This record gives sequence, structure tokens and C-alpha cells, in this order.
Amino acid sequence: MSAKSRGVVERSLSSFVDVLQHTFDAEHLAKKKGLLQSLDPRVKIVVLLPLVVVAALARHLWVIVALFAVAIALALLSKVPFATLAKRVWLTVLTFTGLIALPAVFLIPGPAIGALPLFGWNITAPGLRAAIYLITRAETAATFSVLAILCTPWSNLLKALRVLRLPIVLVVILGMTYHYIFLLLRTAHDMFESRKSRMVGPLEGRELRRMATASAGVLLSKSLQLSGDVYLAMRSRGFRGEVYLLDEFRTGWFDWLMLALFAAVAILAFWFAR
Amino acid sequence: MHIPDGYLSPSTCAVLYGAAAPFWYAAFARVKRLLHTRLVPLLAVSGAFCFVIMMFNVPLPGGTTGHAVGVGAATVVLGPWAAMLSVSIALLIQAVFFGDGGITTLGANCFNMAIVGSLVAHFVYRTAAGRAPVTSSRRTMAAALAGYAAINASAFFTACELGMQPGLFKDVSGAPLYAPYPLHIAIPAMMIGHLTFAGLAELVVSGGVVSYLQRSNPALLGHSSYGNRQEAASTPSSISAWGPTAPLWIRLALLMLLTPLGILAAGTAWGEWSARDFSNPEMRQKIASASRNVKPPANQPQGLERLSSAWSAPFPQYAPPFVRRPVFGYVMAAMFGSGLIIGLFLLAGWIAARRGGVVGKASP
Repeated sequence: MSAKSRGVVERSLSSFVDVLQHTFDAEHLAKKKGLLQSLDPRVKIVVLLPLVVVAALARHLWVIVALFAVAIALALLSKVPFATLAKRVWLTVLTFTGLIALPAVFLIPGPAIGALPLFGWNITAPGLRAAIYLITRAETAATFSVLAILCTPWSNLLKALRVLRLPIVLVVILGMTYHYIFLLLRTAHDMFESRKSRMVGPLEGRELRRMATASAGVLLSKSLQLSGDVYLAMRSRGFRGEVYLLDEFRTGWFDWLMLALFAAVAILAFWFAR
Repeated sequence: MHIPDGYLSPSTCAVLYGAAAPFWYAAFARVKRLLHTRLVPLLAVSGAFCFVIMMFNVPLPGGTTGHAVGVGAATVVLGPWAAMLSVSIALLIQAVFFGDGGITTLGANCFNMAIVGSLVAHFVYRTAAGRAPVTSSRRTMAAALAGYAAINASAFFTACELGMQPGLFKDVSGAPLYAPYPLHIAIPAMMIGHLTFAGLAELVVSGGVVSYLQRSNPALLGHSSYGNRQEAASTPSSISAWGPTAPLWIRLALLMLLTPLGILAAGTAWGEWSARDFSNPEMRQKIASASRNVKPPANQPQGLERLSSAWSAPFPQYAPPFVRRPVFGYVMAAMFGSGLIIGLFLLAGWIAARRGGVVGKASP
């Protein structure tokens, strides 16, 4: 098998495994006993979403940095390992956003505050501020979002979305989508692995493309077949188009206390963010 | 192309959530009307398919690899409305569960990739495929083209949204608060990557999936499946109406491409002078030579000066301010102008049809 063909098949397999690994990690963290894990999922959404919005609104760097500190404190209190956050959020965002923000340091016009050694390119004050704004804002918002995801079982997070007035049918569709993602990932993984096990010689680019697109086509056919089967199964169990959700959430005094505390943090941050 | 949190201002995010909402509503109502109780499992499984297809590594010509959004393939098979919802669901799960793309920017991402992408893919596929048989190679090419056009249209919208930020949102020191690059940097930076690699990935997946389905399961392509299948049966005129006007569309496209020819013309367009031209010696010379050597008035005509500030064109000199190349500006202006006129006629036709429909229903 050529390096190229091995790369394409294995990279796809690796993407599928990464998603599954991410899910196992999230399920494991959601079961820990920490601050965010102990909160009613609806309170968690009401608490964390405004913090993401305020981080996006802030017009002062120190407010964004303060919100980032709040996110780190929440991670500590929720027993989310920094290594997980660094791997899943901080390094990814820093690499992606840093790459995008870096040229701004030289390209945004303004007074020069220094020069890049060897190249002599001028580093401008507004350029540097713009780059820092972008990176800190993206890091802070992503940390809050990932904390909500890592500390809440997916099914509970979905049901909690009802607090944002999402239609029930959409919540049900999202829940089913989540389940079928794993089924289709497993199917795609098996397809690629069985193909890999049968490949004894190098494949050219054209053949590799045909293999990848044929796999996508097979997956599409199977998906539509599956949706028909699922529909028949639902009908046979009495599904007539109406959907209901079991609401087992209970909001206790600690939830209300945390809600009040974080509402105060969000209002303060919003006040200073303008 | 997934815009993370922090790249767009909250007001831009709110506008794009607002822009996406009517499309989601219309798509949901349309798909529900066609599918009834089948809607829930279809959207759930096709959303899962769109999610998984985004993980595929697609080998591209030249030895590199890329990821596709899958909007072209989804639109061809599911129709634009179901594809719009499926891709939106996949993007929502990516953002909420995997942190790929922001939560505040979810509306923007859905608008760019799911809504613009599926509508462009549908329009290009219908235009390019025409009435070709289901198993014809023309349909494969049409699907490939649809995927390529869809991803590039999405990239263009993304670049415009990012490029607008520095002009609109700055802190007190003048530093951009969100995405820092203006339109004249954001558009080329985004489009170069998508016109080459990312666009190719979408082209390969869309064309390849349709080619595979033609060989193995052509029934799925019969009437562009689900969303369109029943629609096609109920409104055959919507498809047949395309036939007679096809040559006109092709000519219009050719004329748009030829618009930059005007740049080659020498001299000045007689009578199309601005008030400032009368005080510019070089322009005064051109005005005189275009007017059989009759010298223009020494001072700026007062009426012209007063009225010239009454209206500022959005695209002065046939090019928006961020477009540097006049050729590109002319083609863009032609597309924008033609689109506006066609849009107005479509709106007028729609209003007329609605009125006719109401009258028709009311009459015995």
C-alpha cells in the first residue's frame, strides 16, 4: 500500500475514532462530581450562554481576560483537567486563530511599536491589539462552550435546550441525529477498515477518489434506507407525529444560588464590557 | 469555513440568525408538508449523514487531501429544503457538541453553508443538468459544478461577513474588535483557498456521489428525491419553464462576462461628467476634445454640484470600494444589476400570481 493511500484511509479512520474518543471523554467527565456537573442543565445553559455573549461583546481586553479567569475557575471547580482543555480547546484555538491573527500584527495600519527581527516588518499597536482581541475572545468563548459540553450528558443538554424555546420536534431530531451519528460513524469506520484490509497494492489518486466518493455514496444510500426503517419502526410503535419529552430536571436552592451568582458576574462583565 | 465565536460582533451574529430564521421556518414547513411523520427520522438520519461526510478525507488532484461539507450531494439527493435543514442540524451538533464553529456564530455558519450553499447548489444543478437523463454524465458534471459553486458562494458570504467587521467595530484606539481584515484582504484570502482546494473537495464529493448513485441506485436521483419528488409531480411547470429561457440565461451570462470590454474604450463618456471633473485640467481637456473643442465652463456648474451630492451610488464607477481590479468590478456590477432586475421581476410575478390566485379562489 502506498504512503498516500494509507494516509487517506487512515486519516479518515482517525477522524472517526477521534469523534468517538471525544464522546467517551465527555461522558466520563460529565459523571464526575464537580460544580457544573451538579447544576440543573437548564441553569447551566442560562448561566454559560450569557457569559459567551458578554465575551463576544466586550470592548476592553481586561474584561475578556477576567472572563477567561472565571472560565478557568469553573474548570477547576468542575474537575475538568487542564490537559483536556488545553488539548481540546486552547491549543486548537491558538493554532487556528493565531495563524489568522498573526498577519494582522503587521497589516493593520497604525503607529509602529517595534519591528520583526530579520524581516524588519513593523508591528503596529492597533494590529497587536486586534490580534490579542481575536485570540482571547475566541479562547474565552470556546472554553465556556466546551465546559458546558464536557460537564453535561448530551441527552440532558439537548432537553435543557428547551429553555431557549427550541421546538420539541427539533430537540427530538437533534437527539436522534446524535444517536445515528455514532451508527453511521461505525458503518463508515467498518467500510474503510474492511477496504484497508483488502488493499494489497498501491492506489493511485483517481482510484482513491473513487473509493472515497463511492464510500460516501454507499453511506448516503444506507442513511436513506435507515431513515425508512426507523420510520417504519416508529410507526409500528404508535408514532403519529406528536413528540413528548420526559422532563426530570429539578431546580434546587444550590441551582438558584449559582444562577444568582453567575447572573451577577454576567451583569458586571456586561457593565464593564461596554 | 466554520466561523468560531469571537470573529463576528454580536450584532452581526443577531442579524445572521435573523436572516437564517425565515429560511429555516420555510424549509421546515415545506419538508413537513411533504413528508408528514416521515420528517423526524429523515432529518435525523440525513443530519447524521451530513455530519459524518464532513469527516471524510477526500484525496484531491496534486496529492493533497481535503474535507467536504457535503452540501452539493445532500442538495442533489434530498432537495434544497431538506438539505438546508440537514446541514444546519449537522452544524449545530458540530458547534454544540464538538466546539467546531461558535455558538454565537451558528446562525452565520448555517446561513453561509446550509442556506446559501444548498440554494446555490440547487440552482446550479437544475441549470446545468436541465432535462438530461438520470444516468447521463451531464448530471454528474452538474452535481460536481453545483458542489463547487455552493462552497464558493458560502466562502464568499463568509468572507464578506468577516471583512465587514473592521470597518464597523473598533475600540477607542482604533483597533478592530473582531475579525481584523477588511474586505479587500478577507475576500481574496478566503476565495483563493476555496476556488482551489476546498472547492475541489466539494466538487469531487458531489460529482463522485452522484456518479456512484447513477450506477448503483439511480432511483435516489430520479426526481432529486424526497423534498423535490412530490414537488416535481405537483408543479411540473416549474421544471418545464426553464427550457425555453435557457438560451436567454446563457446569453445574459456571456454579456456579463463581456462587460469589462468598456474599459478598453478611450476618451470620456460624453455628458457623464462629475462636478469635480470641471476643475481637473486633464478632464477639462478630455471634455473639450469630446465636445468638438468647445471649452467647458470655467467654474463647476452650480446645479450639477448641488445635485451630485443628493445620491451616492453604492458601487461608484461600477465597482464596490473593496474591489481593486476594474475588470472584476465590472463583472460584479453586471451580476448585481442583473440579479436586482431579475429579483424585482420575480417579486412582481409572485405578487401578481398571488393576487391572481386569490381572485381565482374567490370567483365561482
